Amino acid sequence: MTGPSSSHTAGAVKLARLAASVWNRPVGKVEIHLRGSFAATWWGHGTDRALLAGLAGLLPDDPRVPDAYEEAGKGNIQWSFYTEDIDGAHPNSVRFRFHEDEKVMDVEGASVGGGAIRLISIDGFRFDLTGELPSIITFHSDTPGVVAAIAGTLASRGLNIATLSLHRQGRGRDAVMVAELDEPAPEAAVQAVRSCHQGIHRVLAIDGGDGR
Amino acid sequence: MKASFEEIITLSETEGLSFAGAALELESRATAVPVEIIRKEMTSRLDEMEKSAREALERDGNGKIVKADSPLLKAYGKGCAPFAGRLALRAAEIALATASSNACMGRIVAAPTAGSCGILPGILLAAGEHRGYNRKTLLEGLITAGGIGKVIASRATLAGAEGGCQAECGAAAAMAAAALVAMEGHGAVTVSHAAALTLKSILGLVCDPVAGLVEVPCIKRNGAMTGLAVVCADMAAAGIRSVIPPDEVVDALFKVGKALPESLRETGLGGLAATPSGKRIAEELGKKAPKLDQGF
Repeated sequence: MTGPSSSHTAGAVKLARLAASVWNRPVGKVEIHLRGSFAATWWGHGTDRALLAGLAGLLPDDPRVPDAYEEAGKGNIQWSFYTEDIDGAHPNSVRFRFHEDEKVMDVEGASVGGGAIRLISIDGFRFDLTGELPSIITFHSDTPGVVAAIAGTLASRGLNIATLSLHRQGRGRDAVMVAELDEPAPEAAVQAVRSCHQGIHRVLAIDGGDGR
Repeated sequence: MKASFEEIITLSETEGLSFAGAALELESRATAVPVEIIRKEMTSRLDEMEKSAREALERDGNGKIVKADSPLLKAYGKGCAPFAGRLALRAAEIALATASSNACMGRIVAAPTAGSCGILPGILLAAGEHRGYNRKTLLEGLITAGGIGKVIASRATLAGAEGGCQAECGAAAAMAAAALVAMEGHGAVTVSHAAALTLKSILGLVCDPVAGLVEVPCIKRNGAMTGLAVVCADMAAAGIRSVIPPDEVVDALFKVGKALPESLRETGLGGLAATPSGKRIAEELGKKAPKLDQGF
């Protein structure tokens, strides 16, 4: 990997790459909010360059990481860095706010050491995802049958669920489920999950495993 | 499930495996990746590590704060009998050079982190040169080190922002000490205690980088930790055992890390960073840093 810090440089590249894959459209205008140790030490660690490199699609050992400002500029990324102080936030975390016209998405992640990362929330929904395995993230209503429908759809396509976690804002309200898979879900399977139950609002697929 | 020394030791005893062999087998079971594939990946990691250390020794990079120190140690070693012994002195030289290269965004292998990337290659390469270990033996050492790092990552943390420098240079020194005894052919119990003895010596070690840069005290700490690794390897090889079992030592490290104030966990706000000189350096460098919160 590229130094000087596995968490603040290499982990930051991976985190930004994963966040961009969650956004799942070209990265244009993006706010980058640094917290805790990221906010305190970003410049010395090249965290700014690392995050832009990841948003531009580079891997942690790409020799262009130190030149990320150029790479991000070439990719038409418009960025702005901020600091924020959030109670209870992971000591080394960042929130991306992606913009495209009226569409906005918040993706929050943490760098947990040695280059390992965690995706911890999307649009305020909290969960915990390493990005090491491919995964499917569903946003849906907390109604009976959604989990069974998703599990059944994945099973019918021969996709094995490695881990499963489900979180809801409250009974009958919005919920999010993260299913880590042993293999990436093909686009047809993602479409099938999208339409397998009327309570499902949105489905995101992550290939996982990159940036090692 | 948390990884543990106990699990590795038990498997090594029942299957007649070395620490590295048992750690590999457990990793293979957990990930369903065949042992041979993991071994191959670790071999390429060893190649990368050697390459980055050689590049670093030739490059002698200057950081934003620290000038390259490894040439001084090299010149010194030629003219006298070093206190530390030849292997430790060479290990420190390689560690300083690798950590300096890391500080100027050179390519390195995180071991376990970038901030602590000099210690393990220093020990492995110096041991190869001074004890004649071949590549197979060095690979055994690297896999052993990986097994130690896995236990620490699983039971505690490898992030300075979470656990202080215990989790970075401390973990690296434990990995290096364990690698040394493993390469000399010692069994899993001795390997585990080499790691435990090292970790016991660095409990409470804070992460206090001046100006938040991975330079002061990180680079010299990489150099110094090779000395601790060598002595702890000797103690374990002599049969000295940690009274507190290795897994409990790692658990204690995690609790100590949690108890450290945020100022001593990679924020650049406490310890050496908060000294008058540390603050002065930060202020001077801060004038060069771009401003945040400016909008688009």
